[in-house]
Amino acid sequence: MLLELKHVSQSYAARKVLRDLSFVLNAGDIGCLLGPSGCGKTTVLRAIAGFEPITGGEIVLNGERVSAPGFIVPAEKRRIGMVFQDYALFPHLNVAANVGFGLHKQSRNERNKRVEELLQTVGLEGSGQAYPHELSGGQQQRVALARALAPCPNLLLMDEPFSNLDVELRERLSLEVRDIIKQQGATAIIVTHDQHEAFAMGDMIGVMHDGEIQQWDTAYNLYHLPENRFVADFVGQGVLLPGRVLNASQVEIELGTLYSKTPGACSIEGCDEGSNKGCEVEVLLRPDDIIHDDASPLLAQVEHKAFRGADILYTLRLPGGNRLLSLVPSHHNHAIGEWIGIRLEVDHVVVFPIIQNAAS
Amino acid sequence: MQRLPMSIAKVSIAKAPTAGAFIFKFRLPSGWVLAALLIAMLTLVPVVVVLSSLLTPELEIWAHLVEYQLPQLLTNTFWLVLGVGLGVAIIGVSLAWLTAVCEFPGRKQFSWALLLPLAIPAYVTAFVAIGLLDFTGPVQTLAREWWGPIEFPPIRSSGGVIAVMTLALYPYVYLIARNAFLTQGKHALEVAQSLGLSPEAGFFRVALPMARPWIVGGVMLALMETLADFGTVAVFNYDTFTTAIYKAWFSLFSLQAASQLASLLIVFVLVVLLAEQQTRTRMHYTQTGKHSVQARILLTGTRAWLATGFCLAVLALGFIIPVTQLLLWASEVVEQDLDARYLDFFWHSLALAAFAALLAGAVALLLSYSARQHPGLLLRMTARIATIGYALPGAVLAVGIFIPVAWLDYHLVAAGWVQSPLLQGSLMVMLLAYLVRFLAVAHSPIESQMHRITRSVDEAARSLGVSGVSLISQVHLPILRGGLLTAAALVFVDVMKEMPITLMTRPFGWDTLAVRVFEMTSGGEWNRAALPAVALVLVGLAPVIVLTRYRSK
Amino acid sequence: MDKRLSFLHRLSGILAATSMLTVAMTAYAANEIVVYSERNEQLIKPLFDAYTKETGTTIKFLTDKAGPLLQKLKAEGANTPADMLITVDAGNLWQATNLGLLQPVKSRTLSDNVPAHLRDPANRWFGLSVRARTIIYNKDKVKPVALSTYEDLGNPKWKGRLCLRTSKTVYNQSLVAMMIQEYGEPKTEQIMKSWVANLATSPVSDDTRAMDAVAAGQCDITVVNTYYFGGLMKKKPNLPLAIFWPNQNMKGSGVHVNISGAGITRHAKHQAEAVKFLEWLSSEKAQNLFADVNMEYPVNPKVKSDATVAAWGEFKQNPLNVVKAGELQAAAVKLMDRANYK
Repeated sequence: MLLELKHVSQSYAARKVLRDLSFVLNAGDIGCLLGPSGCGKTTVLRAIAGFEPITGGEIVLNGERVSAPGFIVPAEKRRIGMVFQDYALFPHLNVAANVGFGLHKQSRNERNKRVEELLQTVGLEGSGQAYPHELSGGQQQRVALARALAPCPNLLLMDEPFSNLDVELRERLSLEVRDIIKQQGATAIIVTHDQHEAFAMGDMIGVMHDGEIQQWDTAYNLYHLPENRFVADFVGQGVLLPGRVLNASQVEIELGTLYSKTPGACSIEGCDEGSNKGCEVEVLLRPDDIIHDDASPLLAQVEHKAFRGADILYTLRLPGGNRLLSLVPSHHNHAIGEWIGIRLEVDHVVVFPIIQNAAS
Repeated sequence: MQRLPMSIAKVSIAKAPTAGAFIFKFRLPSGWVLAALLIAMLTLVPVVVVLSSLLTPELEIWAHLVEYQLPQLLTNTFWLVLGVGLGVAIIGVSLAWLTAVCEFPGRKQFSWALLLPLAIPAYVTAFVAIGLLDFTGPVQTLAREWWGPIEFPPIRSSGGVIAVMTLALYPYVYLIARNAFLTQGKHALEVAQSLGLSPEAGFFRVALPMARPWIVGGVMLALMETLADFGTVAVFNYDTFTTAIYKAWFSLFSLQAASQLASLLIVFVLVVLLAEQQTRTRMHYTQTGKHSVQARILLTGTRAWLATGFCLAVLALGFIIPVTQLLLWASEVVEQDLDARYLDFFWHSLALAAFAALLAGAVALLLSYSARQHPGLLLRMTARIATIGYALPGAVLAVGIFIPVAWLDYHLVAAGWVQSPLLQGSLMVMLLAYLVRFLAVAHSPIESQMHRITRSVDEAARSLGVSGVSLISQVHLPILRGGLLTAAALVFVDVMKEMPITLMTRPFGWDTLAVRVFEMTSGGEWNRAALPAVALVLVGLAPVIVLTRYRSK
Repeated sequence: MDKRLSFLHRLSGILAATSMLTVAMTAYAANEIVVYSERNEQLIKPLFDAYTKETGTTIKFLTDKAGPLLQKLKAEGANTPADMLITVDAGNLWQATNLGLLQPVKSRTLSDNVPAHLRDPANRWFGLSVRARTIIYNKDKVKPVALSTYEDLGNPKWKGRLCLRTSKTVYNQSLVAMMIQEYGEPKTEQIMKSWVANLATSPVSDDTRAMDAVAAGQCDITVVNTYYFGGLMKKKPNLPLAIFWPNQNMKGSGVHVNISGAGITRHAKHQAEAVKFLEWLSSEKAQNLFADVNMEYPVNPKVKSDATVAAWGEFKQNPLNVVKAGELQAAAVKLMDRANYK
């Protein structure tokens, strides 16, 4: 366990920016903090880096307490590498000097060797003499990464590292960067608002909202077993359909009855402790839970379709008026207004209690 | 991402804390900040001395001035400020644009040569202009010989003063605007072009508005110098507000009334400065910080020659012609006047200018640095107010410094702490006076460069284990180098040219080239003044060239 | 970079050393006189050098305009290093006495050498040279018989033919102050208005330019100090310019004169030496040097003018005490403002 945040909170004046935040990151893992802008994820990163004090809880790095209320090990003492959103390359230094900047304790030879090695790693061999402004955005971002990795930091922190790049480059680079981090054996935390990036890079992902970590989990679980409505909504697509609990592992919706393999999945706090019977809930249905099947007697009308190459995302309307999303291989091309057969294939039944006035 | 309306609780998005609320963990030791504040206070002393005159109004002199002088003087001053403001803005910005963004024959040479007029004091350009262009000058005399009596527009007029001041002061705007154009990035312009704007329209609708805070800063410097000027307008016998100040003091024997007039000037400039502060605070997001490797706009044919011609004309009027005339005059007297003492004048000018440049640069850096680390109103305002000295007429400022210094000396001697006066007539007071006068000049370029050091640059360095003094020496100073160099060069040149403060505060024997110019011009011996003036221009060229070398890189 | 740094290091070292030296030198040395002078270095230093050569007394001096010099003396008070103040007009000496900066000197030599109307009635300052402000005309265009008095320059016959130096020069202020003494303010104001009405071009910044304008034909007459005329003619002997002495007939009050003069500061540290030096300046030996170097007139009646200056002819001086120039200077300035004389 390399990094542990225990009940970390932070507030500016009366406003809480972080509330009771806890998670653990193991050495060699890449953690992602995912959330909409303003959720506090960058603040977490800056608190871990030592740029921000915390007002509650503690941060433990490599077994050593580095932050606690009124106590802070300064950033320069933490051996943490950081890649900034704007890269923050030193404009007055060339690429090699930028990368070698943190190697001030090493001999010139060692430094040159390490710089050379890293430039090769990030695919910029031969660009050592160039100045930052002469490089493209993607190249600058690699220099920033190399600079942060050069002193072999305990932990690498990246703040929206790809947000300044175009989509295509972003996807390619995120995989490359993951490989580089893994190859260097580094542990990293990446802050992003883009779930694809988080899915591509993170071993563990924390979804943040309003200063809290809503769920700290693997990508798979975030998608299939979201712990609350926010995670369900923010990660992936889907709809919530009204349903009625039959018992701890069964819930009934317009399309039939769903059976959960995990006992208690359909339990809802506040409902009848014994059976939960009759409780009104909402059930999360992902597009991949709804399978198109011409043979199925269940019919839904195509209301909207989005062609995505390999598949089509259909928005379907049930006779009762509820809408569904369904991901269908794209050779099943149906026209809008057409009624098509569907069936349910729900491996994970996720239910939420109904919130009054929650309709958007 | 496409998403259906879902019955999921609305997300309330908390705003990220604004930049100002972030806490910089590394701070200058508070002693330094205290020193910055103290120095700022010190620079305010003469201003306070001048303002204190308001306590005992000289009603009788005021009544006279208000009835017979001020209406005309204010009108004159208004036209002068308007004319010079427009003049330096138009010439400075257009030259900056041409040399920063366009390509035409001679661009490279012009880009540094156009700074040369900085080295010539405005009062020298003024007496050269009058000598050449007045009724009795060679131009009109020749014209009369060739074509008989013809009417020229009078050179001793508002137009003449404005032209001379503009030629002497446009380099401030040129220098600052050029830097802004060079660093503002090409993307904005390309966006403009992609939206169907011609390069010309792109200039007016994108580049110019983006560079506006810098241009305003440069124009402000030029205007403060214009308001404080007495030498130039005196040569033209063009009465401005400053004329009234000197008239009250020298002719009506009332330093009180003079100080009261100067107080009004201070208040006026302060108001304008605070207004300008508003534009300045918006500066940081207009500069991208990324250098552009911009493809220049290639001017061809007539347009190229027009550009070359325009640059050449400004350079000729602002530098080549005045210097040639000075050289001609100087050559007439060089045998009679040039002696070993010129080594001393030269050395004194150089030493004072260099030392004042270092001092003003260091103090401006300290002020700007403290303001950055304590992003409160207090230090920002202190920095602004501490630079007000630039708008004070030199002699008034000199008195404002000398009175408290002599007072301090008096009490030191009276208390028996020292045997003879320690401060008055020492270089320390002289340097302090220069500092008060030219802090604004040093502060402006450093301040604008300071914005380039973003918070993440600091944090990147710290996350790499570099902090404290090495953060300053390895990261901040190198990034600020251009600004520091500009600041030092500008102060150096300004101190070289400075006259009233030098005269009043210099220690015995510390005559400079500017003092020499004064000795000659006060006796009306314009031609003999040319020799020290030429020497002064030559010394002043050195830092200008250093500056341009650095800039052109 | 390294080279530049080391140069700056050295420079700051030298500066620090020199500044300490300078401070140390402010301590009062014997056998030395300290002078604050409005008179230009090139006009005054030859005398200092001559005196040092003759007596061994060294003279330290600072030049500046009178306004700042007076404020400096005032601010320094008892601590002033200055023993003597030299100005180029009587008005500023009068103002120095007003501010209590000068001390009376009882000296037979001085009262013998300096005529009464050219020194302070209370003996706090003494004229050392006479500066006559007179009329210069273009020989090709003006017959001297057409000229008579300062007042007459306002005669409509000179419309568009008069050039004047700015009213901001102390020489014109003194001239007008003396006219106020003689004619009273209302009449003087009339005269000034009539002058302004006759101007060919707006007032110029110095005497030489005014004469240049006369020579070039922009105007025909002007009013200047004679030594400027001397200086200009020495450089360009062929200019069609000549001197006219106004107000010379029986009833006339004479040519307006001002002085370049000196006084001993109230807190002089070398009072005796300074008085001795002042007496020497008024002596026959020094008077020629003092006046001739700038083609002015000696104050000492026993001393003859320089040959060139003498060639301009004898003239009757205005016998009013030049102290009036100071007393009435503010009134004169305001009067010229009212007359719109710029």
